[in-house]
Amino acid sequence: MRVWFPAGVLALWGLLAISVWILPLTPNLIHLEHILTPPGPGAWLGYDDLGRDIGERLLVGARTSFLVAVWVVSLSALLGTAVGTVSAYWGGLWDRVIVQVIDIFLAFPGILLAIALAGLLGPGIDNVVMALAVVGWVGYARLSRAQVLSLKHREHVMAAESLGSGRVRIMIRHLLPLMAAPLIIEATFGVAAVVIAEAGLSFLGLGVQPPGASWGAMIRDGTRYMLVAPHLVLAPGAAICAVVLSVNLLGDRLRDRLDKRLITATGET
Amino acid sequence: MLSYLTQRLAGAVLVVFGVISIVFLLIHLIPGDPVEIMLGEAASATDREALRVALGLDQPVMLQFTHYLHGLLQLDLGTSLQSRRSVTDLLLERLPATLLLAGVTLAVTLAMALPLGVFAAVRRGSPWDDGAMTFSMLGVSIPNFWLGPLLILVFSLWLGWFPVSGREGVGSVVLPALTLSTGLAAVLSRMVRSSMLEVLGEDYIRTARAKGLPPHRVIFHHGLRNALLPVITLLGLQLGALLGGAVITETVFSWPGIGLLTIEAIQSRDYPVVQACVLLISVGYVLVNLLTDIAYAWADPRIRLGGGG
Repeated sequence: MRVWFPAGVLALWGLLAISVWILPLTPNLIHLEHILTPPGPGAWLGYDDLGRDIGERLLVGARTSFLVAVWVVSLSALLGTAVGTVSAYWGGLWDRVIVQVIDIFLAFPGILLAIALAGLLGPGIDNVVMALAVVGWVGYARLSRAQVLSLKHREHVMAAESLGSGRVRIMIRHLLPLMAAPLIIEATFGVAAVVIAEAGLSFLGLGVQPPGASWGAMIRDGTRYMLVAPHLVLAPGAAICAVVLSVNLLGDRLRDRLDKRLITATGET
Repeated sequence: MLSYLTQRLAGAVLVVFGVISIVFLLIHLIPGDPVEIMLGEAASATDREALRVALGLDQPVMLQFTHYLHGLLQLDLGTSLQSRRSVTDLLLERLPATLLLAGVTLAVTLAMALPLGVFAAVRRGSPWDDGAMTFSMLGVSIPNFWLGPLLILVFSLWLGWFPVSGREGVGSVVLPALTLSTGLAAVLSRMVRSSMLEVLGEDYIRTARAKGLPPHRVIFHHGLRNALLPVITLLGLQLGALLGGAVITETVFSWPGIGLLTIEAIQSRDYPVVQACVLLISVGYVLVNLLTDIAYAWADPRIRLGGGG
């Protein structure tokens, strides 16, 4: 139950996201006679302020958040891990510069830097991905750096060094596999953070532009009609919550499962 | 203590310098010609040139940076393109609202998180614990831009207890503060719980119990006081983020603070104001964290004497 429910929600999220390419959807079709119509047999989730089917827009929103999450988490995890690993393994001046850069990026609270970047780069989903990746790599860099610092003096690394393995080979074959567990946990929680961040940027009007659909933008559009048509705000919000809650629950379970290896890898308790 | 202080201060100065550099560079990140984006394509060449000179964009980048730093030293953040007013004045105008919201939010967060965390730890495994942790899980997962509208729907539109938005009267701070606190208290109560669980397993707690102290004295005097140390750091981070203006929550409630100013400036392409807001928020964040670290070191000799790193 505790794993299957969140896993099911996430699988559904992915499936819905993919289904958008397959199903014959008309998320931008305007039914003037249905403006602000509450949920009914014709449309399970009702119609929005322009008379568009909220259910179909929710599906398109699922694709938006899914794509952004996949892109941002992959980009920032790859970039961050590469920077953190190389920095810690090489050491020296390079490492000190990287630490300073990480500290500077951490000085921007929350998604403030992403908001500013997305605002200045101009709205659009590409810029959202870019802005969130620019902010997101830091966490992975810090984590992988800490991991490598504690791993690089292990016997098996020294053995590989004395056998003449190259630095790149040691990093990929001997360090990365041991760092995988904490990085996977970080990436899992990263998905939740990105889903909220994407919706947040879209809520602020900095993400997907009309007529594209995003859960955050749907909430923003709905807030103006809350008294007469609360279903505009309820559906997309519930979708975000379901996905984020599921990711967090899974992340917790994953952390419990991998915790033992985490302790031996970082030396922390 | 003194060497710790200088070390932390030097670090903070470096970080602040880095933040200033990034904020300065932000305007150069705008794809294409920022002047063209600000004025639109229809603007005349004269207007463009005038704005370029006004922003100093006609000068070499290094010179612009020196000018920028020079201005900062005199608290001169430039002039708003929109209202033609001094950016510093604009910020000062909005600061009280953000400070008020941050203060109330912090109080509400503590009032929610401490009892929840302590109860969950003391009654570990009980329905209390499950309930507190469920709240925490939900609180982390519910975004502010959804919780805010929901609270407005229930408490403003249906019940009519509080104003929908803006800053009028005492009641208007309740809903934004509640929105912000939920997420923060969710994280904090987890931290309090785990820290409390750790402390309750210590020998001195057993000693306190063995010598017959009443349970509440053991829990609050011996337990909580020690458990709060790691909590301070998190609280500092949260307060720092709050001072920066919760951009999204302020937007939801049209709360006239720094966060809302940031969004308004982004929407009207008022780049000097955007830069100033991001700078103020980040530097405030760095300073609060610095003060937290110092307070922490002051409270915990293991850190100030260099043992705990």
